[in-house]
Amino acid sequence: MHPVVPQPTPITRVTKELSDTFSIHLDVSARGFSYRPGQFNMLYLFGVGEVPISISGDREQGQELVHTIRAVGGVTRPMRTLKTGDFVGLRGPYGTYWPMEEAHGKDLLIAAGGLGLAPLRPAIVHALTHRDRYRRVIVLYGARSPDELLFLKEVERWRGRMDTEVAVTVDHAGDDWFGHVGVVTALVPRATFEAKDTVAFVCGPEVMIRFTVRELERRGVSREAIWVSMERSMKCAIGHCGHCQYGSHFVCKDGPVYRFDRLAPIFHVREV
Amino acid sequence: MEPAGQRNDTIALSRNALAGLVNAIKLDGFAVFGPTVRDGAIVYDHLDSLEDLPIGVTDKLAPGHYRLAPREDHALFGHHVGPHSLRREFLIPVATLFRARRTPQGFAQIEEPPPARKLALFGVRPCDLAAVAIQDRVLLNDAYRDTDYAARRHGVLVIAANCTQAGGTCFCASMNTGPEARAGFDLALTELDDDTIVCTIGSDVGRALVQRVEHVPASDQLLERARLLLNDAATHMGRTMDPHGLRDLLATTLEHPRWDDIASRCLGCANCTLSCPTCFCTSMEDMTSLDGTEASRLRRWDSCFTVAFSYVHGGAVRPSLKARYRQWLTHKLGSWHDQFGSSGCVGCGRCITWCPVGIDLTEEITALRQPGGS
Repeated sequence: MHPVVPQPTPITRVTKELSDTFSIHLDVSARGFSYRPGQFNMLYLFGVGEVPISISGDREQGQELVHTIRAVGGVTRPMRTLKTGDFVGLRGPYGTYWPMEEAHGKDLLIAAGGLGLAPLRPAIVHALTHRDRYRRVIVLYGARSPDELLFLKEVERWRGRMDTEVAVTVDHAGDDWFGHVGVVTALVPRATFEAKDTVAFVCGPEVMIRFTVRELERRGVSREAIWVSMERSMKCAIGHCGHCQYGSHFVCKDGPVYRFDRLAPIFHVREV
Repeated sequence: MEPAGQRNDTIALSRNALAGLVNAIKLDGFAVFGPTVRDGAIVYDHLDSLEDLPIGVTDKLAPGHYRLAPREDHALFGHHVGPHSLRREFLIPVATLFRARRTPQGFAQIEEPPPARKLALFGVRPCDLAAVAIQDRVLLNDAYRDTDYAARRHGVLVIAANCTQAGGTCFCASMNTGPEARAGFDLALTELDDDTIVCTIGSDVGRALVQRVEHVPASDQLLERARLLLNDAATHMGRTMDPHGLRDLLATTLEHPRWDDIASRCLGCANCTLSCPTCFCTSMEDMTSLDGTEASRLRRWDSCFTVAFSYVHGGAVRPSLKARYRQWLTHKLGSWHDQFGSSGCVGCGRCITWCPVGIDLTEEITALRQPGGS
């Protein structure tokens, strides 16, 4: 069988997240499926096309796999009509993952921008489930506006914990918003962590990654302790099609999660 | 191409015997593909007999220039490389990778037998064989295996033709892939000027094959004549390029002003990527039958020179032509080393010949070696 052949997989639930964003829950109990936080799958809509979607589901839940999708393209828009009992094609998991063990015994800082929270959610859930493995756990999350905050109930639950620092900011808000206003990078200087003993995971738009890394470095976190997740066009996810090339990397197999020092030589060059 | 017990033994055979060899291959059920004249170019296509080779024809190669010209002799292999490479036979331009039928359980794959064809490549060039080995590393020997490519590659008989003359855009000697084939063949032929063919045996299959036609062991004198011809070709390459240090050069000149200069000439037409024997970029297209009950997935050649190639929601990663040319050249000659342990260039010169404005990568490398970058 060709490695790009997808497997039909039933949908157990579809949840609306934001006006243009939804999550589909897949039943993978029939075949067993294991993944690491930060990895992605290829999801196939019969005859329409295939898209790379990071796994946003909690690995501790086991049998169910969650993908959070923004309806922006020729495949993800028709995916909005999917409902319980429908099928999608699934292949994966692919790519590198958040190295949870790197942060053991250290402060773990997680910075997410917009939909970038989706691939970080399994890492956050994993860290909070095994909270004693880490010193401080800090989650910094930014979105464009209050109604674009993803997983809001869950974020509120995390924020209610006494052992976790959660800061949320939005770019702009109305009078009913009492939280931070501004970009997520502005939260970095205010967060409490020991820079020399911190491991950071960053995911969001590339410009958000750029400025977050800069703030982290300014605080004294080394490039070797910063991990970022990159996004590129992907067709095959197996390192054959060339679309996701980024310098000497294929993001589908060498990424999407990279230790930042490995990207540093090309990260600031335009249009690589 | 099983390795021979005794490698590199050589024989000599006549042109008639070589014609017999083609017939023997055909009798074994192989479809024979090799260089032949079609539509004003020498392409790899079906050969019925030795007579289908470009006898009495050669090709004049220069930047942005390709023309056929008559030869005074009737050499079988007195030409260089045309627009086709072997990539068309293995990583075919359009392949169906997956077909499925809609079912209550989503869909069911329609299983199809892998493509089966007994293919013999006759008179293929050393640079093109080197390119096949490079694509093998990408599509067979990396983490995942392209099963369509694998099926087409399997069991192919390879009769190479060493180059006794070099074309105006050739630089295989620089890239160490020619003019003599060193691996990946069952037989490798060197045509001498008196119609004698010196033949190197590269596998047991090749050895068994030559037993079916008249031949003699190659004398030292014949071997020396072949060596001189190949040496002459190697020292008369139309282009040269020092391959050393290219990986580091291209990793450190991303902001060199030369890229803007190239972009002012490049048309973004993608000819270089389509004629390149190692370019492997593809796209996938999913579609359904008219009634929506069946779906298929095609793998199609794609090119990093298109804007859409790098498109993610919000825009292309490489909207400028400068960035797209830089992507191609830095990958081909630079980051390919990091990914696959070799250069992605075999020195066939097709990207120079088929560039409508004659951009010459060997010249661009020379320019990038001049200071000017940041």
